[in-house]
Amino acid sequence: MKKLTRLLALVLALALALCLTACGSAKKDSGVVYRTLDEIKKSGTINIGVFSDKNPFGYVDENGEYQGYDVYYAKRIGEDMGVKVNFVSTEAANRIEYLQTGKVDVILANFTVTAERAEEVDFCLPYMNVALGIVSPDSRIITSVDELTADDAVIVISGTTAETYFEANYPNIKLQKYDTYANAKNAMENGNGCCWANDNTEVIAFALQNPGYTVGIPSLGSQDTIAPAVSQGNTTLLDWINKEIEDLAVENFFHADYEATLVDTYGLDYEDSLVVEGGKVG
Amino acid sequence: MPDLGLNVIFKGRNFIRLLGGLGVALKISLIAVLISIPLGILLGAVMTWKNPITKAILRIYLEIIRIMPQMVLLFIVFFGTTRALGWNLSGEVSAVIVFTLWGTAEMSDLVRGALISIPRHQYESSEALGLSRSQTYLYIIIPQAVRRLIPLSINLITRMIKTTSLILMIGVVEVLKVAQQIIEANRMSSPNAAFGVYLAVFLMYFLACWPISLLARYLEKKWR
Repeated sequence: MKKLTRLLALVLALALALCLTACGSAKKDSGVVYRTLDEIKKSGTINIGVFSDKNPFGYVDENGEYQGYDVYYAKRIGEDMGVKVNFVSTEAANRIEYLQTGKVDVILANFTVTAERAEEVDFCLPYMNVALGIVSPDSRIITSVDELTADDAVIVISGTTAETYFEANYPNIKLQKYDTYANAKNAMENGNGCCWANDNTEVIAFALQNPGYTVGIPSLGSQDTIAPAVSQGNTTLLDWINKEIEDLAVENFFHADYEATLVDTYGLDYEDSLVVEGGKVG
Repeated sequence: MPDLGLNVIFKGRNFIRLLGGLGVALKISLIAVLISIPLGILLGAVMTWKNPITKAILRIYLEIIRIMPQMVLLFIVFFGTTRALGWNLSGEVSAVIVFTLWGTAEMSDLVRGALISIPRHQYESSEALGLSRSQTYLYIIIPQAVRRLIPLSINLITRMIKTTSLILMIGVVEVLKVAQQIIEANRMSSPNAAFGVYLAVFLMYFLACWPISLLARYLEKKWR
């Protein structure tokens, strides 16, 4: 029996080692799998990864149809390329993997451009701006982070960029962390904190739907953009999408997209600050 | 009464979509169950052999599947096979493969346990009565082993049904994903919808798994 166990351990160790080296090398030489523009056109269907639960960017309405800002653009890509769009429901955590294995051709899932991500996927021209924002009650509107005193607690949702931003840049500011959007909203309405920091799109939407609150700081922290992403090295598709984004500027496509999908949530005031037209960040 | 978002469930086609999601979850788990139970019984019987080679192979298979979290297995089969072998498996197929591998491994160990729990004298007595080896298994060992297996395998089946909640990570839209979609689509208008929608999901899982438990109890009584 003892011999058997030892044999087993040896076999397992070997298998593991083999697996590790195999995975390591596969990543290097076989690289990323993708379909070129011609292959997509020939197949007649483009696979686009979108969120199915991020209202109003990519979500599924009560009739089971994909809707939202990203989806509106995805449909246009299909139209202009002359192919059908197959929407794939992706999660924040598996978007890169989907591109690297060619399971989707494009990711249009509210994908913020970062340097780390750009090493693994190829980003096209941006179509939206994103930053942090702070919303506060009308009784005391916070217009600058410097106004916060030691007694003030800032409401944040755990795991968001707002939390990391404050912890990194303002370690002295007290944070009140909540797990879900609903809890943070309740805390805000109960006056548990002086203000609420979140993605600026989120706080703008909150202020718009809840009278008595104002977005004192609409743009804080690093200015990031949201862009379509394709598999690394898929230049034919990358170039096509970049040209498409530039061409669409003529008809102000992303403004139309905003007005069709985001205006209910964010109102018209923020249209120009949120939308990026023709890939040119203003 | 606070707004629990129960109205959201019946908005548009939401309820049908939830049922459809449950259908996807049940389809995948039941296909996997139907394949893995016979395979598991077969492998479980093989596991009781004295042959060291089959023993070692099955042991490695069982341990690998048992140690790996199902999520990792799903990622390996769905993304890993594309990277390493170039297969483009759909999310559903990958899920069925993973759940079958898992179900077979666990089932075979349950069968092995049930078989070796039958006391030695049962074999010896049947031999003394002049029964052949296959008759011993057919009339003496298997009926007793099956009875011991029922509660254990029901536990496995319901676990398989519930674990389908992981397959949303490989893009399969099942009941939990539909629930999240509904909650998020109505996030602004009814922020408390999560409670009502998850309650509905709970009831759906319950209604899916409960009949299986009832069946098990019935069989256990009948075969006592």
